[in-house]
Amino acid sequence: MKLLNQSIKYLSLSILAIVTVWSVIFYFNLLNEIKSSIDEGLENYKRLIILNAQQDSTLLTKDYFDESFFAIRQIDKQQALSVKDNYLDTTLYMQDADDEEMEPEPVRMLVTAFELNGQYYELKVANSMVEEDDLVKELLSDVIWLYLTLIISIVVINNFALKKLWKPFYEFLNQLKEFRLEKNQVLPQVKTETKEFTDLQNAVNSLLQHATQTYEHQKEFIGNASHELQTPLAIATNKLELLIENGNLQNEQAENIAEVMQIIERLVRLNKSLLLLTKIENKQFLDNQTVSLNQVVGNCVNDLEEIASFKTVNISINESAELDSKMDASLANVMISNLLRNAIFHNIPNGNVSIEITKKAVNISNTGHPQKLDENLIFTRFYKPNSNSKGTGLGLAIVKAISVLYDFQVSYAFRDGLHNFKIDFPSA
Amino acid sequence: MKILAIEDEPQLLSNIKESLEKENFLVETASDYHSAIDKIFIYEYDCILLDIMLPNGNGLEILAELKKAGKNENVIIISAKDSLDDKLKGLELGADDYLTKPFHLAELNARVKAVLRRQKLDGKNTIEIANSVLDLKERTFMVDHKNIPLNRKEFDILNYFLLNKNRLVTKSALAEHVWGDNSDEADNFDFVYYQIKNLRKKLQSACADIEIESVYGIGYKLVEK
Repeated sequence: MKLLNQSIKYLSLSILAIVTVWSVIFYFNLLNEIKSSIDEGLENYKRLIILNAQQDSTLLTKDYFDESFFAIRQIDKQQALSVKDNYLDTTLYMQDADDEEMEPEPVRMLVTAFELNGQYYELKVANSMVEEDDLVKELLSDVIWLYLTLIISIVVINNFALKKLWKPFYEFLNQLKEFRLEKNQVLPQVKTETKEFTDLQNAVNSLLQHATQTYEHQKEFIGNASHELQTPLAIATNKLELLIENGNLQNEQAENIAEVMQIIERLVRLNKSLLLLTKIENKQFLDNQTVSLNQVVGNCVNDLEEIASFKTVNISINESAELDSKMDASLANVMISNLLRNAIFHNIPNGNVSIEITKKAVNISNTGHPQKLDENLIFTRFYKPNSNSKGTGLGLAIVKAISVLYDFQVSYAFRDGLHNFKIDFPSA
Repeated sequence: MKILAIEDEPQLLSNIKESLEKENFLVETASDYHSAIDKIFIYEYDCILLDIMLPNGNGLEILAELKKAGKNENVIIISAKDSLDDKLKGLELGADDYLTKPFHLAELNARVKAVLRRQKLDGKNTIEIANSVLDLKERTFMVDHKNIPLNRKEFDILNYFLLNKNRLVTKSALAEHVWGDNSDEADNFDFVYYQIKNLRKKLQSACADIEIESVYGIGYKLVEK
């Protein structure tokens, strides 16, 4: 969810809560204010009635509510003394313009008692009140309107203000997405006066600088490691070669030397494969060009044809389309060649390797051990299903690393007794 | 034939020297930048083996100096850095070949001889031993003026052996030379054996006066009968 929408989400929820609480409080406050204002009016009314009653005693006999909204009733002293001024919410039968007949309407009523010429009277004064449900309805619709207005203005303001405020951030982000360590570009830079963004920019850029340095060091280290390892291996191999050449060896000695030489060979291959793998993973192959996979497959088959026929493995190619990909040519060769070697060497006598090239994929399937390999493990380093394999166990790991580098998908399946390796080229 | 080997690792240098002297080359050595520059500008060499990483300097600088001075000695770069950059830079600066460490001595022999051979081509490009002639240009093999058909790999193998006459060629050196650098599988050895067997049969039936001997099961050696 975008930042803009998130902020709108949170703002609208909290404003809903605030407006709700506020309108409840507002309602009760308003009601209280209305009541106290009516009560003051009733109090005043009471005084006037009592004053008028002293001059006009007929008022004292008015014992029911009519147009003047009060009633007086004579009571005994005992009762009168126990009466205090009491304000009540009650109803009286009334008829408004919109009512067809009398119906109960809410009123505010003051019940009190007074003494006149030794007689005691109870006085009830009423005044019509607002209808609470009307008030609630009115308030609710106002509150909803208020809420909607607020939300719409927030959306509009957010769209303008936030977009403008966050513009440097998105620019910076886009530059970051384009940034590649190995290409040694200038650091991402945007103009902004927002402190948070300049802070972010500084932090990210110092991190990038550090990463670039580390990357350079690592590259250097790989070069040096290669040098340091290859030279002693070269010396060892050459010394043994000269030792054998100079002759006069017992057969048993020669056999031992041969074994040592083979171990060194393995070390050499292992070292080379590991270096290649590290180089791929460090993205040190950037000589990307349009490579025809049809051609690469053709060349690899050509190279391996003789060894395949020696192993009585038949290779067939089925090309249904031209497949080009943008990648390093030597890596394309390593990738296809590793898969092909795999298919040839882990085959059976009189077996088959069939290669299929379609618009978006290269598919290599071969006969072989009639058991499915573990697809979660085959692409990991040093995985060898049978321990007497003399390979380095890095061939498929290298294929995987290359496909990760270029966003290809490499997958394994076991179908109808055939091992199937497939590389998908989504961008082809 | 005079060869200068420039390499800072003394053990490797002595291996190279010993191996090339077996081929009757005169081998001189230099183990740092300054002594290499001194020797290059005082003497003439037929071939220079050049390590890239040297004390006090870089092999590529030596190459640049050679080019500046207009000297066109054959140069083979020997480097532990299998980096395409260095390779391209070296070849651009006039190097004739590029060999990555570790290498087999047989491979070094073959490269040196190929470079020297290229230098003094006089129209034809053949290797002649006893009654056998290998024509590298036409890719044909003749015994007593009779053409012996060889397949592509057999031809490459024989060529490699002829460049390493009387020298040990290990199976892995052969596999690497003929089937490429990244031959990962030991299965290749059976294939090497099979190819050698076929080649021997052909040499025998053509009555060639050369033969391929096995050496302790490690490799082979081509000798004149």
